[in-house]
Amino acid sequence: MKIIRKRRDIHHGDRYFYFLLKGLASGLPLLLFLIAAFLLKASWPTINEFGAAFLFTQDWDPVGEHFGVLAFAFGTIVSSLIAIAIGAPLSIFTALFLTELASSRVAKVAGFLVEMLAAIPSVVYGLWGIFVLAPILRIHVEPFLGKTLGFLPLFQGPPYGVGMLAAGIVLAIMIIPTITSVSREVFRSVPQSYREAAMALGATRWEVMRIAVLKTGSTGILGAVILGLGRALGETMAVTMVIGNRADISASLFPPAQTMSSVIANEYAEATSATHVAALLEIGLVLFLLTFIVNSLARVFVWRASLGRSAR
Amino acid sequence: MRRTQPSALSQLVEITYKRRRLVTRAMMIVLIAAFLVATVPLFSVFFHVVRQGLPALNMDFFTHLPAPVGEAGGGLANALLGTIILVVLASVIGIPWGVVIGIFLSEYGKSRFAALVRFSVDMLASIPSIVIGLFVYALVVIPMKRFSGLAGGLALGILMVPTIARTTEEILKLIPVHIREAGLGLGVPRWKMILFIIVRGSMGAIATGVILSVARVAGETAPLLFTALSSRFWFGGLDQPIASLPVQIFNYAISPFEEWQSQAWGGALVLILFVFVTNIITRLALRRAHGSGQS
Repeated sequence: MKIIRKRRDIHHGDRYFYFLLKGLASGLPLLLFLIAAFLLKASWPTINEFGAAFLFTQDWDPVGEHFGVLAFAFGTIVSSLIAIAIGAPLSIFTALFLTELASSRVAKVAGFLVEMLAAIPSVVYGLWGIFVLAPILRIHVEPFLGKTLGFLPLFQGPPYGVGMLAAGIVLAIMIIPTITSVSREVFRSVPQSYREAAMALGATRWEVMRIAVLKTGSTGILGAVILGLGRALGETMAVTMVIGNRADISASLFPPAQTMSSVIANEYAEATSATHVAALLEIGLVLFLLTFIVNSLARVFVWRASLGRSAR
Repeated sequence: MRRTQPSALSQLVEITYKRRRLVTRAMMIVLIAAFLVATVPLFSVFFHVVRQGLPALNMDFFTHLPAPVGEAGGGLANALLGTIILVVLASVIGIPWGVVIGIFLSEYGKSRFAALVRFSVDMLASIPSIVIGLFVYALVVIPMKRFSGLAGGLALGILMVPTIARTTEEILKLIPVHIREAGLGLGVPRWKMILFIIVRGSMGAIATGVILSVARVAGETAPLLFTALSSRFWFGGLDQPIASLPVQIFNYAISPFEEWQSQAWGGALVLILFVFVTNIITRLALRRAHGSGQS
């Protein structure tokens, strides 16, 4: 490749072509920078006025022009954690099923079905959440949880249907394809010889998966889960539709709550004062920074998982 | 005598072996169950959308404007048209830019700068779509002082770039080096080799990636809320608010009127059929083009 590159001077067109591509490609880092810059600029009024109190107070009062996102941040974090708690084990087991257990023909169809979960638009999940999932939760699941696990503060209080639990479940469904496909890649990159070595030592089928596949891929799995977390943190429509939109901090998972993205989707139309708009934009900025950090972290883990092996 | 009275050790081995076999059996069932549980939502969503959406679909749905509150009938024709306009607009921005970045990353992807571009692609892909909407709001809507189809198209276009760039890069990387060398060996300039041998040869596969990202973007709602907004009228110019199917589904779904909720299901059915059909067709086409070896 080196030799080829040196020779490119023979053809003048090559240089222009390269600069054209490079110019268009450099627009992308620039765009990323612009997103941060514009959000920062547009939310400057509230950053200036409230400072760190914006992040650590709970009082969100558009009329009195007082803004604090703590309750929304709580909603975002708790709903995402529920999503991980339900979605991560399901996804990892599904990925194991697809790579280790299913025949290649079954895996092809099954993998396609899981990928289709990612193709359903978020607003359709929301519609389904309102009219199908929430009634099931209200009538069957939440009373049952209250009866059996009601001694935990998590499952106390009247069943609502729409609320934190509904949001967490919808989010779990939406991150399953992400975690599954990344874990699948991780498991595939585990060398076959590891599995054979475990088998030769007399390991059963599950022990092979545990010792050779899960343990070897643990860093990558962690990366996959964090990627899923990143997706759950920013998901908007489906959550807005099923979380009930009430800015409360409550120990129970049943009552309605509000997340950072759902408050933006709910209040953009009513935001008339400049400060209110700036406050919504600042939430956007916080979300941007949060997902940026979470995804960079995930990238490091996934990257390390694949690099570590190819170097060996 | 020994065979009838096994030693304590072999008895222990026998017991642990039984336990291990039991655990393995149980875990195999857990794995299969996990997969089945993971696909339950897919079938449930599809079933309910078809059952509730089908009755809402009639001629009026595809040809009429939304009816005022309380009146029966009406349709989502303006939202369907609006979504088509927005997606075309997004494609004009997103497809060329995404494909070019994909080509750059695959053909000149070893420099430090290319690593920065690749990082940006990954980061842009993971930014919540509502944040992109807010960015376009700050960039276009605030200076123009009005919501517009243009802003909506721009937001969707930005969302398309990372997916298209990624798939294009992946596809071009599959082409073996010797084909590039053969081209260059004939004295063809590098740019001609890239455009007429590498890119043209993978046109079909690149188109697949493009179509999939179009299908994905057609269902995006969050970034349209405060860029394109919505409208109860026909398309009135790109500088005006514009209706779109996903936003209309959202507005109708959270409304208290049964008429509207039913139309939301109808809209969801149209959207989901579009997404599923494009996904299935493009995948089949890709499989045929690549033989059975790829994906």
